[in-house]
Amino acid sequence: MLNTTTPTRTPQAAQDVNVGLARMLCGGVIMDVTDAEQARIAEGAGATAVMALERVPSDIRKEGGVARMAAIEKVLEIQAVVTIPVMAKARIGHFVEARVLEQLGVDFIDESEVLTPADSEHHIDKRAFRVPFVCGATCLAEALRRIGEGAALIRTKGEAGTGDIVEAVRHLRLVNREIRMVRSAPREELMAIAKELRAPYELVLQVHELGKLPVPNFAAGGVATPADAALAMALGAEAVFVGSGIFKSADPARTAAAVVKATARWNEPDIVAQACRESGAPMRGQSAAAMAVEERLATRGW
Amino acid sequence: MQVGVLALQGGFEPHLDVLRSLGVAARAVRTPRELAELTHLVLPGGESTTLHHLLTLFGMWELLRARHAAGELVVFGTCAGAILIGRAATDGARPPRLGLLDVALERNAYGRQVDSFRAELEFEGAPLPAVFIRAPRIASVGPGVRVLARHGADPVLVVGPAALAATFHPELSGDSRVHQRFLELAPSAAVVS
Repeated sequence: MLNTTTPTRTPQAAQDVNVGLARMLCGGVIMDVTDAEQARIAEGAGATAVMALERVPSDIRKEGGVARMAAIEKVLEIQAVVTIPVMAKARIGHFVEARVLEQLGVDFIDESEVLTPADSEHHIDKRAFRVPFVCGATCLAEALRRIGEGAALIRTKGEAGTGDIVEAVRHLRLVNREIRMVRSAPREELMAIAKELRAPYELVLQVHELGKLPVPNFAAGGVATPADAALAMALGAEAVFVGSGIFKSADPARTAAAVVKATARWNEPDIVAQACRESGAPMRGQSAAAMAVEERLATRGW
Repeated sequence: MQVGVLALQGGFEPHLDVLRSLGVAARAVRTPRELAELTHLVLPGGESTTLHHLLTLFGMWELLRARHAAGELVVFGTCAGAILIGRAATDGARPPRLGLLDVALERNAYGRQVDSFRAELEFEGAPLPAVFIRAPRIASVGPGVRVLARHGADPVLVVGPAALAATFHPELSGDSRVHQRFLELAPSAAVVS
């Protein structure tokens, strides 16, 4: 299973290799799956990766209880049937779930607010792992704190399981607005900005110089239709995660293929229109604005 | 010379950055019409099954083969892009290949992401830093193909008529010599498989 003769990596090499994998996922769709059959459908529809989890977010909301990493046999079953990267979710701060997933050879770990947090103060020290991590962020400061801990990829923390894109849009716009602010600020103001953001100075400096995050930024949470995916791309997301939106739709295989099509050519309305027409009826969804604050997942983590 | 990078999925931005740093007006290519105008095309890293799916979906797969066979197009594949331009797998392994370069590639041959690595190669007599990400392995090389760099015994950078392939990511290492080499290649009519 796991190659025991893997060469050691310097911190820079680890960064290159793991951020590199995140870059290879750009322009694509990563789909939540709960078993081998769903994984096969996702791969066949053109997904760039699958995310293994126990229950899709809309079921977690409905059924309640503690949401944990997927069962080991499910992860193995999914790895056995696809050749694309397999990701899996670990609870915020649960570094032992992360170690278990790394041991299984998953290609990316999502330290996810969709699962019940295991630590109310601390996130995982992601630099202690070979496997790359993706983390959610609602704003630039949160993104930079996660990158500071070693995340190789950032995604928005849209309200998972709602089929409502509004929170993902809010996070994309906010992160982009804050990046523009850091980009245009004079260099001598960056330390005060870092202090105000509660974010590492070196990363604020990198954002100032690059005009973007030092790792890719994807959209996640509430993406339910091809038009939602194209909207996220138009707002600067470099790829999209789709959770409940695929396997809670009327025709998952068609919806999956349509979202892939609209994501690849998001800037061409005729292609997005075709994709919308080809898609299955979307999940019914739930308005994020109508939800009580304690039901919101985006407030988990900091 | 009209240079483009296939931008349907994958690490296309870093390729565009390297080519533009070399003074080339490289374009992101997403449609058959854009593909039809090119003399040089980069197929980037990404997921080879996704890239095959999208090239087929948008009517670019056969066009790419036809333009290369007609001697109108030079291709450069990195990682997943190298898999796609290689010759068809004898065991029928997916995804299907374009067959533009006479090399056989095995997917994910070095293992999963935890086995991805960085290494120093030698290219044109100087060191070349290389990032290997869930990399394929070149299992065999046809008679018309020359090996330009190796990692251990494995060929990792190879060139044939109007086609260049790297199993690593020259676009991520800050060294533009491999892209320079690609731009020096001229179209030529050659059928591989």
